[in-house]
Amino acid sequence: MSKIFRFFLYSVAIVYAAITLGPFIWSIITSLKPTSEIDSLSVNLKNLTFGNYNMIISQFPFLRWFFNSLVVAIAVTFGNLLFNSMAGYALARINFAGRNFLFIIVLALMMVPGQVVMVPTYILLSKLGWVNTYWGLTIPFLTSSFGIFLMRQFFLSIPKEMEEAATIDGLSKFRIFLQIVLPLSKPALTTQFIFMFTGNWNSFLWPSLLTSSDNMYTLPVGLNSFYGQYYQFWNQVMAGAILLTLPMILIFLIFQKQFVKGISTTGLK
Amino acid sequence: MRAHSISKKRYINEAISGYAFMLPFVISISAFIIGPLIYAFIISFKDFSYLNPSSSHWVGFKNYIGLLNDQTFKRALLNTTIYSLFVVPIQLFIALVLALVVDSDIKGKTFFRVAYYIPTVTSTVAVSVIFLYLFKADGLVNTILSKIGIHGQAWFNNVNFALPSIMIMAIWSSVGNYMVIFLAGLQDIPAELYEAAEVDGANKFQRFVKITLPLLRHVVFFNLVVSLIGTFQIFDQAYVVSGGSGGPLDATMTVVLDIYKTGFKDFNMGYASAMAFVLFLIILLLTLLQRLLFREEMY
Repeated sequence: MSKIFRFFLYSVAIVYAAITLGPFIWSIITSLKPTSEIDSLSVNLKNLTFGNYNMIISQFPFLRWFFNSLVVAIAVTFGNLLFNSMAGYALARINFAGRNFLFIIVLALMMVPGQVVMVPTYILLSKLGWVNTYWGLTIPFLTSSFGIFLMRQFFLSIPKEMEEAATIDGLSKFRIFLQIVLPLSKPALTTQFIFMFTGNWNSFLWPSLLTSSDNMYTLPVGLNSFYGQYYQFWNQVMAGAILLTLPMILIFLIFQKQFVKGISTTGLK
Repeated sequence: MRAHSISKKRYINEAISGYAFMLPFVISISAFIIGPLIYAFIISFKDFSYLNPSSSHWVGFKNYIGLLNDQTFKRALLNTTIYSLFVVPIQLFIALVLALVVDSDIKGKTFFRVAYYIPTVTSTVAVSVIFLYLFKADGLVNTILSKIGIHGQAWFNNVNFALPSIMIMAIWSSVGNYMVIFLAGLQDIPAELYEAAEVDGANKFQRFVKITLPLLRHVVFFNLVVSLIGTFQIFDQAYVVSGGSGGPLDATMTVVLDIYKTGFKDFNMGYASAMAFVLFLIILLLTLLQRLLFREEMY
């Protein structure tokens, strides 16, 4: 490779890394600055402090929001892992009348954007008394057509022999699913776990629609409301943004390989 | 005879377990997608307010006709289309360039991939406040610009710059995703093809144009449609940046934000549902386009 071309490659790589990482670095620095220095572009290392994190945690319900986000993301993610793989398994491996019809429904629903049903879903949830509760934030989101589609494709790709042997031994479909199929499905389940969890943790539209008091806010909704009132205090706003961002960056760094594999096999995040 | 009844029993048992496995999905979509979809379709022909349900009544196509003369909705459609037309090609171009860079034999590839992907796992709300901070009148971006002699703006408060600022933000936060898909496509291209072309004396550029681009065609199409569908649903950033108003002067009003405001701030839910179906139609057309292109690719 010619030297000029190599220089060009490195320049692009480094400049774009600065573009993606720069904003995070600047936000972290700002989140550590005392309020008197937030408008200054220089960094006074001696004055950096975790005070802003302390402040937003002790004076504002950031920990509560963090907890709410965690509860909702965990419940929705595990609901999806279980229900999507059950439905995906039925569509891939179990014979029953109407299976093709249900599969077509799955494919069709992948085309329906959630925003179309915002109004009726809100009305339904408020009739049930579920607005501003954990029920409302989790129950409507426990299955996903796209997740079912992915699980079905995965189950079709694994060999049948073990399941057939288990059937001859008289195991029920449910036990085959739990004891044989799920343990084989770790890669597909990991991919779903990652995308469901990050997607839910970052979700903003539905939680902002379905929560009305600040003790039920999830972290994105809480941060937005905090920003709306205290936008002059950029150091605290940035501390909140980092609190919201850091867990997902950690998950990404831990599951980096599966992330990349997941996107390249599914084509979607 | 006995064997026959056993196999029949087994068949029935299997069918029952099939339905049991599908049950959570069927209940969930009936209650939260299909039911609401039908309900939304019905109230899109009604004057319907959640605050006063008893006064709701049929209005025929009035809501849909009203959309034709609704300046805010037209602005929202226009903004969303402009947003989409800029964001899609720019982000795909950057994503392709980055994929080629990290697919080459430079050192530190893993670091660069991680660095490029991190924005896509970041919450849209976090990205929005970070950018509001970077792009504020006396923020970091303007300071850097002033060093090279460009007079900065209060980007997000300016009618002309608010939407482009959101575009920059959206491109920044989703390029990594498309990069990874391009990368997978690039790695599927057999190395022998490049080697053969090199033996035949093709230079780097010729190899890219004659081998890489044609073989990457379906990945490009895929990314194009996914990106189009995603951009038409833009909401979070516009909401955070404008404090939910779509301002200044509707400059950041998007279709979903308009639905949200009409349905849940003005409680004009029949009208909001009509808007939602217009959005649905647009996205449906884009998805069908994707299916069509992919069918051609598959056979």
